[in-house]
Amino acid sequence: MARKETDYSKYLRLEYIPHIWCPGCGHGSIMKSIIRAVDALGLDKDKTALVSGIGCSSRIVGYMDFNTLHTTHGRALAFATGIKMARPELNVIVASGDGDATAIGGNHFIHACRRNIDITLVVFNNFIYGMTGGQYSPTTPIGSYASTSPYGNIDPSFNICRLAEAAGATYVARANVYSIAQADNFIKKGIQNKGFSVIEVITHCPTYYGRKNKLKTPADNLRWQKDVSVSIQKAKKMSEDELKGKIITGEFVNKTEKEYTQKYEEFVIGKAQGKI
Amino acid sequence: MKVKESKFISGNEAIAYGAIAAGCRFFAGYPISPSSEIAENMSFLLPKYGGKFIQMEDEIASIGAAIGASIAGRKSMTATSGPGFSLKQENLGLACMAEIPLVVVNVMRGGPSTGAPTSPAQADILQSRWGTHGDHPIIVIAPTMVQEIFFEIVRAFNLAERFRNPVVFLIDEINGHMRAKVDIYDESELELWNRPKPENPKGWKTPYKRNEELVPLMPDFGEGARFNITGLDHSETGFPTGDPKVRQQLHYFLRDKIEKNKDKILKNEYMEVEDAEIIVVAYGSTARSAMRAVEVLGEKGVKVGLFRPITIFPVPEEDMYRVCKNAKKIVVPEMNLGQYILEVERVMKKQMPIVGVNRTDGEPITPEQIMEAIKD
Amino acid sequence: MIERYEIRFAGSGGQGIITAGIILGEAAAIYDGKFAVQTQSYGPEARGGASKSEVIIADVPISYPKATHPDLLVALNQESFDKYSKDVKEGGTVVVDSDYVKVPEEFEKKFKIYHLPIIETARNEVGKTFVVNIIFLGAVQEITKIVSHDGLKNAILNRVPKGTEDLNMKAFEFGIKLAKEVM
Repeated sequence: MARKETDYSKYLRLEYIPHIWCPGCGHGSIMKSIIRAVDALGLDKDKTALVSGIGCSSRIVGYMDFNTLHTTHGRALAFATGIKMARPELNVIVASGDGDATAIGGNHFIHACRRNIDITLVVFNNFIYGMTGGQYSPTTPIGSYASTSPYGNIDPSFNICRLAEAAGATYVARANVYSIAQADNFIKKGIQNKGFSVIEVITHCPTYYGRKNKLKTPADNLRWQKDVSVSIQKAKKMSEDELKGKIITGEFVNKTEKEYTQKYEEFVIGKAQGKI
Repeated sequence: MKVKESKFISGNEAIAYGAIAAGCRFFAGYPISPSSEIAENMSFLLPKYGGKFIQMEDEIASIGAAIGASIAGRKSMTATSGPGFSLKQENLGLACMAEIPLVVVNVMRGGPSTGAPTSPAQADILQSRWGTHGDHPIIVIAPTMVQEIFFEIVRAFNLAERFRNPVVFLIDEINGHMRAKVDIYDESELELWNRPKPENPKGWKTPYKRNEELVPLMPDFGEGARFNITGLDHSETGFPTGDPKVRQQLHYFLRDKIEKNKDKILKNEYMEVEDAEIIVVAYGSTARSAMRAVEVLGEKGVKVGLFRPITIFPVPEEDMYRVCKNAKKIVVPEMNLGQYILEVERVMKKQMPIVGVNRTDGEPITPEQIMEAIKD
Repeated sequence: MIERYEIRFAGSGGQGIITAGIILGEAAAIYDGKFAVQTQSYGPEARGGASKSEVIIADVPISYPKATHPDLLVALNQESFDKYSKDVKEGGTVVVDSDYVKVPEEFEKKFKIYHLPIIETARNEVGKTFVVNIIFLGAVQEITKIVSHDGLKNAILNRVPKGTEDLNMKAFEFGIKLAKEVM
């Protein structure tokens, strides 16, 4: 996607900035990526709702000039489902972290995928619970150190994209902050998809994850992202052994299936009112 | 008022018909006994009126979706029973804090834990007041008769909308499943309230600016006001704040919104209370046993009356005190081990003997049990 | 004037005990214009297990909705009879299934007892066991006249599944006939 100049201030609530994210945090890059996608699509800000749960990523709603809702930990998708059902004409975007989306909110995550409701979920995956001081999350790599894995993490990780695909999401893609332009494109396509879309963006937490795992500076983190990332095309030619420790980026699912609120309107309301 | 139709239906069904008449157009729920008939009836009725029903993946998601739909402008409801009510508490707190209109029905069953899923209880009285963490405003309605359930669910929606606050609606397995003739009225026959909003929502930046009843004037999502809603302490703008003065003011507003409007929220029924020497304080389905006890003993010349709060929280302190202050004894029957009696003791300052009649074996309290306590 | 008439139906889950209560209550409250409330108790099983349904009918508003001393008991099996006959009003009416309930001698004098082959009639005369409840409703109407014949008929037609109306009306008439034979 050719980058055109974006007027970020058009989408930001500048009076609430500076934000609370640490210097060097990757979350701001994802926020800008969402802005570029929304701007490219020309979404009406009045008709766009941005919903989040709890955590560092969830603070994004305070800074962005949409209809914004900051909910409880893990539950953003449930609230977003209600908003979309009540007003299907709204564009509904959810911002969530790895813990918020796949630990405490894991049930809502798989069921939103299953329903294929027209919501775009952007998961800010930084492999850690940042807001609460760096505890290990469902995506923390095995062997990594966190404030609750002082001897190294033994929990296997979730692969968020594979989880989304298996649960039925109709658009699934992964990008990273290092090559953020790719995320712009994926988020844009996710919003365009009439169905449930999951865009996982690998980001970083130099403060809590980096310091404990030999990635002290923000630049170290970005270099790590570059080193471990493999495109989906390249990955297809690699053996399982070669893919160990790698993170595949690209589009995993892009298909068309009937969207949930449309189905409700046509089948349920249609039948109840004797139209079909 | 013109009756639309009369049906022989249960309290759970009456809730569904009443909610529709009140303008409810969104319901999210999760199956649980003994409340499931509410979800079943809503799934059938809502789409006929262009409303939406969704069965969510769990109780937490159900209340979340209901709050979301309310934020987007629909009158919303969720319904559950004991264990599900426990699960909903965190999001109920969000609705209190963010001041989102919502009706939460709890068809009470025995507890703690799984307890007795198909047996009645009134075990969640104090949880309905203090279930979610933090000081918070709440309105709790506990009706008795099946026809009354229809009118009270309408009132629950009206109060939720008017005060932008969750209303907890407590019934139990007895009046939830009990059937009686219910007159159903159309929307046009009822006095209905809608949530306060700014006159022109376009560009409105202060969703927590309050009207004279201290209720925020908040537009719905999608109406052209791009504002923020959060469970964090927030200012008039809806954005988080760390300012101690603003935070303290917010908590006072939340409290006073209910406390200072009590006269518009409370509703009681009185039976034979004048000159009564003994007063029974009862609510919900247990009040029917109390009515029978008062009837039977009244015929025998015993001076006994019934004070029946229909809004049980906020506690009708002044009304209760006025009615009960000359009584020589107060009897409080409840299908729990003594919950609302604590409020009665507080209000009456233990000026007279206050006796509980309690039962948690899954059987209703009988009129005979109450009569014994009156005579003792 | 009926100040309070208490009815209790008892049997096992799946015999339509609760539906029978609803139909009787609806006949009284909607079609006959009386006051009526119906309550029930049931176990976790959808089929089998004990099932009980109670209806209070009156010409005045009803306070306590449960039966304390039933004027009428219908018991379809021994367990239901043993458990629920104890508090029936002296001189009250008891309808039992003659094949499934043995009534001890002393009860015969205490209550007006009707032994009717309800289940057998459903199985062999109507040909469907699911009409058991409609048969005993017919008998109850004939014996007690607590609801009108037409009111009950209308309530039955309103509540039974579409396509089963004729079958249920046949059952209703069999119930009336069974009662007439022993009255």
